[in-house]
This record gives sequence, C-alpha cells and structure tokens, in this order.
Amino acid sequence: MRNFLISLIFLTLLGASAMLQAQDLLIKNARIHTLSSAGILETSDLLIRNGKLSKIGKQLQAGNNTQTIDAKGRNVTPGLFGGLSTIGLNEISLEDSTVDQSLDFKQMRPEFNVKYAYNPASSLIAINRIEGILYAVLKPSITGSIFEGQGAAVVLDGRSFPQGANASFISLGSAGKGDSGGSRAAQYMLLEQAFSEVTSGGDQNGPFRLLTQAGRLALKSRNNPYVFNVNRAADILRALDFIKANSLNGVISGAAEAWMVAAQLKAAGVPVIIDPLANLPGSFDSLGSRLENATILNAAGVAVIFSTGGAHNIRKIRQAAGNAVANGMPYAAAMAAITAVPAQVFSYAGGKLEVGAVANLVIWDGDPLEVTSAADAVIIKGVSTSMVSRQSLLRDRYLAPKGNMPRAYQKP
Amino acid sequence: MSVIKLKPVLMLTVLTAVFIAQTSNAKEAFPSTYKAIPSADILIQNATILTGTGARLADTDILLKDGKIVAIGQNLSAEKATKIDANGRWITPGLIDVHSHLGVYASPGLTAHSDGNEMIAPSTPNVWAEHAIWPQDPGFSRALAGGVTSMQILPGSANLFGGRGVTVKNVYANSYQAMKFPDAPHGLKMACGENPKRVYGSNKQAPMTRMGNVAGYRQNWAQAQEYMQSLDEYSALIEKGGDEADKAKRPKRDLKLETLVGVLRGEIKVHMHCYRADEMLTILDLAKEFDYKISTFHHGVEAYKIADELAEAGVCGALWADWWGFKAEAYDGVQENIAMLDRPEGSCAILHSDSSEGIQRLNQEAAKAMSRGNRVGMKIAPERAIQWLTSNPAKSLGIEDQTGTLVIGKMADVVIWNQNPFSVYAHAEQVFIDGALVYDRDNPALQPVSDFELGQLLGEKK
Repeated sequence: MRNFLISLIFLTLLGASAMLQAQDLLIKNARIHTLSSAGILETSDLLIRNGKLSKIGKQLQAGNNTQTIDAKGRNVTPGLFGGLSTIGLNEISLEDSTVDQSLDFKQMRPEFNVKYAYNPASSLIAINRIEGILYAVLKPSITGSIFEGQGAAVVLDGRSFPQGANASFISLGSAGKGDSGGSRAAQYMLLEQAFSEVTSGGDQNGPFRLLTQAGRLALKSRNNPYVFNVNRAADILRALDFIKANSLNGVISGAAEAWMVAAQLKAAGVPVIIDPLANLPGSFDSLGSRLENATILNAAGVAVIFSTGGAHNIRKIRQAAGNAVANGMPYAAAMAAITAVPAQVFSYAGGKLEVGAVANLVIWDGDPLEVTSAADAVIIKGVSTSMVSRQSLLRDRYLAPKGNMPRAYQKP
Repeated sequence: MSVIKLKPVLMLTVLTAVFIAQTSNAKEAFPSTYKAIPSADILIQNATILTGTGARLADTDILLKDGKIVAIGQNLSAEKATKIDANGRWITPGLIDVHSHLGVYASPGLTAHSDGNEMIAPSTPNVWAEHAIWPQDPGFSRALAGGVTSMQILPGSANLFGGRGVTVKNVYANSYQAMKFPDAPHGLKMACGENPKRVYGSNKQAPMTRMGNVAGYRQNWAQAQEYMQSLDEYSALIEKGGDEADKAKRPKRDLKLETLVGVLRGEIKVHMHCYRADEMLTILDLAKEFDYKISTFHHGVEAYKIADELAEAGVCGALWADWWGFKAEAYDGVQENIAMLDRPEGSCAILHSDSSEGIQRLNQEAAKAMSRGNRVGMKIAPERAIQWLTSNPAKSLGIEDQTGTLVIGKMADVVIWNQNPFSVYAHAEQVFIDGALVYDRDNPALQPVSDFELGQLLGEKK
C-alpha cells in the first residue's frame, strides 16, 4: 500500500511536470551562444517544445499556447558545467555526518560509486543552479587507493539523479603516492595488475589480488571515461602511454603542466580538465603551473574542460573561464570548456543550443564570463525555474528593515 | 581559504616598540629595514583615477616623486618626470590584503613550509608570524601581478590567541625586516568558534567548547590586566626616584602578556577570526569587559546579520565575496555580505583573501561583491567599492596615514589597470611601490622571480 501511494505521488508529480512542459516557450531577441558551428547568433529566437529546442532563427512566431520571453539582446547560453564536484554529496565539508564522497576502506574498490549517495535536495544545488550551473560530474575519493571510485554526470535540477556513463577516477603522481607505498613508480605496477585482473581474472587464489569481482566489472568498459588526476609533465606522458596501451577512454585532470606536453595530448586525442586560475607551484609536481595553460592547450588543438573543484562554490567556474579569456584563450573555446566539451566527454545531454537539443539554458544580464554578471533566468527542459535559494532567502530576511518581531518571523 | 588552515592574528606597532622600551628596557625587536627602491619622477597622465577616498576623477594626472604622491590634477607638468600616457586606463591605490598567509604557508606546500599555526597550546600570543615568513614564497610575485602592494601576514586560527601578525610591503628581500612596513602596528590574531575547540577538544584539552573558548579569552585578559597593573606600578615607583630595592621589583618579562598588554594599551590591533553573528557580539562584549578595541573581524560570514552593530562599534569586517559552507559556522554565507556590511553609516567593509589564489584577484572578488549589492538595489560605484581594497584595509591595519589613498603626501603605492578594474578582463599593467615601478605586465625584466623558481624546469619555454 505504501509503495502504491508513493507510486501514485510519483505519477502525480510526473503529470504535473509534463503539464508544465506542455506549453511552448519562445525566447526572442537573444544573443545565442550555440556552441555549434553556427557560433553566436545575434538577435535571434529560440522555440522550445516538449523540453527541446525545436527551432532557432530570426523572428520565429509564437503559437497560441506559447509563453514568450523577450531577451532584449541578452546573452543565452547552455546551462553551465560546474566541474568535477562533490555537490549533492556533502552539505558541510567538515561535518562527517553530511559527507559521502570519501571512502575510508583503505582497499582498492573502484566499484565505489558516489552516485548512490547523491541528494538532489541539498541546499548547495539551488544555490549554484540560480547562478546558471546546471551540470556537474560527481567525483569520489578513496583513502588508501589510487583508484578513487566512480561518479557520473548529474543535472542540477533538484530532482534528477545522476545518469549516464560511470566515470572512473584514478589519482597519480604525488597526490596518489600515499596510496602506492610511497613511490609513484608503484602506481603503474598497481594499474597494470588491476587491469590485467579485469581481463584475465588475475590470480584467483593469490595473496596479492587487488580487485573484487565487482571491481573487475566496474573497470570492464573501456569506453566509459577514465579520469587520471596527474600534474607533472612526465607523469602525464606516462598516463598517456597507459591509456593507449589499455585502449581506455582517457581524460587527464589536474594537468598543471599539460601545456608542456600539449602536442602529445593532441596526438593522443585525450581531453584535459584544468583549473585556469592555477598558477602557483603548489607542489613539486606543478612547478610549471601557469595562467596560459588553457590558452596553449587550446591552441594545440587539445579539448579543454574547466573545473575548480569543491561543491559549495562551483558557481565560480564562470570567473575561472573569464580568467582564461583574460589570459589569451579565445572566448568561444573558454565557453566550450564549461558547456559543449564536458557534455561530450561525460556523455550528458546538454552543452549546445541546436535544434533537437535539451532546452537547459540560461539568460544572463551581461557577459556570462564577466564577474559582474549574473543569471536572470534558468530554464530547464523549457521551464523557467525558481531563482530562490537558501542564500537568497537569508539575504532577503536581513535586507528587510528590522521590525518588532524577531527576524525568525520574516519568511520572504 | 582552506578548511584546515586555521588562522590567528598578530599585529606589530611602532607603539609596541615604545611600550617594550618603557616596560622592559628592551630595544625595538626586529625593526623594519625596508627602504624604498630608488625611482625617477613619474607623471601618469589622462587616467581615470579612483582615489580610495570615495572619489573618481576623469582625465586626471598624478605625479610621483621621491616615493610620494606630490600632485593630482589635470594637465600637470613636470619636465624631468618620466611620462606615462594612461589614456583609457584606470589608476587605483595599491591594493592591501589584511589577511594573508604568504610566507608562513608558502608554495610549494611542503611540510617544511607549514609555519602558520603554533598548535601546542590555545594561547600563544608570544609567537610572531614574521619569524616564520619565507621571503622566497613565489606567491608574493603573483600577488604583485594582481596589484597588491601591502599585506598583513597572520598566524593561523588554531589558537584562541594565535600570535602577532605583521604588515609588509610586497617587495622581494632576503629578510622580512626588509619587507616590513615602516611604523605599522603589530596585529594580534585571535580566533572564535570551531577551530580552537576542534584542535584542542579533539585531544581532550581546553577549549573543547565555545564556553571554553570564552573562558580562555577571559582568563588571559585578566592576567594581562594584572600584568599591566604591575608594570604601571613599577614605572610609577621608578619615576618617583626609586632606589635599588625598588628597581629589583621589576616584573619579570612575560612575552605572552607583553603582547596582550600591547593590545590593552591600544598599541597592537586585534584581528579576530570569527564567523557567526552571535560570536562576534560576544566578542564585542568581551572587549568592553577588558577595555580593549577590536580592529577587525575576519571572515565574518554572518556579518550581514549585524551590520548595524558592527558599524556602531567601529569594527571593520574583512570578508570574502562568496566563499561559504566548508564548516558549520560558514553555512549562512550570502554573496551580498560585503555590500550589506558596507551599507550603514560608519561601516568599514574590507575584502580579504586568506588565499594565495584570492590575493591575486582582489579586484575581481570586489567586483562580484559590488555587483551583488547592486543587483539587490544598492548603488555601489567603483569609487566606493575600491575602498574595500585600499583605504578600509589601511585603516584596519593602522597604516591609513601612510597609504591606502591617492592623496598628496602619501606613499606612492599605485596601480595602473588596463581598464576599469572591476572586471574579470582587467589586468594590473604597472605597479608602483613607494614610487618605484616594481611590476610591468609587458616587461619581463620588471616581473620578479623568487629564488625558488629560478632555474626550475630549465629547457621548458615559459
């Protein structure tokens, strides 16, 4: 009975959302960042039907049942990518009871998949969504293992659970040394053994077996993304060799010194995930860290994705992308690094505004990469979403003049 | 900005030197040996100038001579001066960060470079951040490229009383003394809330709770008051022509209490790490009880809840634009925090970094805070917002008579920006400290490289 009730509620909600989607939406006079070969379309219109972009062009006509938004020349982009993140996996970083992205088994368990811990109702999600951040890739970590586990892309609509391909994370270089007996050389010893266990089953009864059966299954698909976190140029080259030898769909993250091996990355066709604000030698793995990393990689033809990490403040990704532009990256490439490129690499629907694409998009009050700009409207599957978050409510409570009653009675 | 990096505050004053001389016959300890770099006269012409006093001047010139600002106006002439055409560009005072750990938590983040928290006891006002500054931190050069000309380097916030902070000029040198801002007061770093109780409570030591925090402050201030009284009684005795027996009554030097007495005498400025509104109000009462002044609350993620009270108390708030949520006391962050703190008459809003990344982009962080205020109906102009990065931090550090504004007679700490600095696309093009051009974005010869970075990755084109 209880299950039936839940199903009923679920169906009702589904029905409601289907009704919301029934109305067509026409956005007129927009500056559309298509992220396709069409580039940026000035003063153009977008027609959204059934949650998808059905027409893009000039002077589209509204039907009888069409809601219209006049963008008045404002910028419209796809929903932005917030990077590799633990959003929805923790509420307060230092409070263990709220934190689910880290496994403390001290075992190699690549099958650990954080998507099962994702909480779409976390306050962080609305706080970042109203800033135009509509996607993230959930990133796990495991103490004592160079395999960090798996995650997946998620739409930050406050309802959906992670979907799409499971991405595996592997931490190499000095960051993974503690998990490989103190030497980065041993990381390849462990990687080789783990992948040979996947293909051959390994030594069934030996004492040095690394993976469980579930772990071997988790690493079976070579087409899902394998994200190698590595910073030193020499280590990036080793990782590229491993990716090639094992026919993996490899991605390099961290990548502080990637600019030094841009040609090899291009030749390997391996995308990189970088923080364009990183320019300090935080460790001896990143002595070559510099602001032009993104510019050089892009010029070499490497696919670039931006990520600043964390969870609470992934809205900072726009500022990071703007800094890449300020340091020489073409604007379109910086925008692609937080839209189209991550959508392609992590196989989620979004990242482009073209006919047939999902209508997850943002209307901005200015240049989307400028720090003084903000999102005016966030549209998910063709429906304008609420621009209220826990933070906007706190702000409004304290912006209001003091009354006789305590603030606790002000519920804006 | 990291969760783990706890920061207490320390401050140094000229007055401290006087105080120590009076009470212990000691000479000023570790005096500044900073000397301005020799410079030609510079005439910067036709710029948009944000003075840091709240004014914006269009098409205006500024003349720098002998390390000082000597003239500001239109169509200035100075035959011998080097002329810089700044048409289309903006000029601001050199930026000041009141909360940095450069040098004490240097890059690279080696075990050997972890020098910011003396986590052996909750009260260590006897330690001084300056004694741990590694002057070769590459972070100083990155901050300079962001237009930062002065900063306060603080201990972390593990302790209730973390130690003294020091204000420095952002110049490379072989000693911190040669960076030390002349005549700047010391700070005392103190900390509220979670960090002290976590660090010590987890070892079953006091403080384990916020109750323990406050008890710890009070006990130390009470001791400092008694110590000050004994020093004063001794001074009175000697002034009245005390004999040898009287001289023998000199109170024993106590380096912890010397720092606290420096605060009680108004010679050392208190910089207090405090997130929650209720805790800041507790601390304001504490300061009343023991009759000392809080200069600045640092981080103050809930400052927007008590903006009126903070303005009324004349206490600055040094805040982030949007950092939040890394611990429970940072859970109520809002992006309008700085703008809302800035709103009441008599406020003192500051944008601080607490980060080797953030210190490079104080202008961008301020731009975010400004635009968030404007989005909710405030009218914050760049000439006001620049004060969060210049005159207000100068006031917080007690160096407002020397720097922080573009006013005749002040230090020629000046930044030329390629455009309105409140933009992600803005770059500091040229940075002057005491009139000397110490950074030029277009001239690699005028971009400092620390000893650490010299010769790394030889063969790689940078």
